[in-house]
Amino acid sequence: MKFGVIKFPGSNCDQDAYYTVRDVLGQPVEYLWHGDSELKGVDCVIVPGGFSYGDYLRCGAIARFSPAMIATQEFAASGGLVLGICNGFQVLCESHLLPGALVRNDGQKFVCKQVYLKTENANTPFTSTLSPGQVLQVPIAHGEGKYVCDESVLAELNTANRVLFRYCDADGDRSESSNPNGSLDDIAGIASANFNVLGLMPHPERAADPALGSAEGRAIFASLLKFWQ
Amino acid sequence: MAQVKVYITLKPSLLDAQGKVVQGALHQLGYDGVEQVRIGKYVEMTVGDGPQRDTQIAEMCEKLLANPVIEDYRYEVLA
Repeated sequence: MKFGVIKFPGSNCDQDAYYTVRDVLGQPVEYLWHGDSELKGVDCVIVPGGFSYGDYLRCGAIARFSPAMIATQEFAASGGLVLGICNGFQVLCESHLLPGALVRNDGQKFVCKQVYLKTENANTPFTSTLSPGQVLQVPIAHGEGKYVCDESVLAELNTANRVLFRYCDADGDRSESSNPNGSLDDIAGIASANFNVLGLMPHPERAADPALGSAEGRAIFASLLKFWQ
Repeated sequence: MAQVKVYITLKPSLLDAQGKVVQGALHQLGYDGVEQVRIGKYVEMTVGDGPQRDTQIAEMCEKLLANPVIEDYRYEVLA
């Protein structure tokens, strides 16, 4: 399974994603330059974390119109797998591949720490190696990660089981203190209606190698491989 | 040519963290009468004349300058 990692000016988790695919998963991976509209025949596009285009205007607002993202939007529309992490999630929302938006954390601070995620839907290309309710320890690192959307979108996300991950504590329980940024309904990651696009604020690519403190994020990549094979 | 001024603010339903902090600072300075502070973005553009100008300005706001999911915008066109 061939992966592509987009490089925007200001991306800074592109190498983490590249490392995870090549060295942890052992799969072919290519960088996709933001200025190129050629996706090099990849099977999955990763939109990495960072500060694309300096986060100018709004996080992800400029990246949306880059040639690589326009190609990614077409790729997603034809069923292609797209994984947006952190800034990548913001880009996917700005691109309207996912509904809603990410705004300043309630605590008004950049939060960089390990959090726990509860698997809410284990029946998607991104979660098939997980079991329902399984808790993953994965780090977050963001200043604008509070997910917001209007009530009708939230209802649609919930009824269609499109919330794949919610913030929780180590036991899988949800409370105000287990939500690191004030996200609506503790939302950490959502999928598109066809479940081929996932956006999430936490960084599974930084938790795929035991040397990094947790390898529990690897399950998301392993699920993609399982789906593909 | 026209001067275009675009004002973008967070929707009232969203917490404006920056505005809240500035409001607190104003209270600390003794300006107790300040009931709300909302901070937004201000964009100035010089745009050529043309029959499509007004439609295009609205389009620019919708597509790029503001995110209608979380922000409101208004603009003025000064000839």
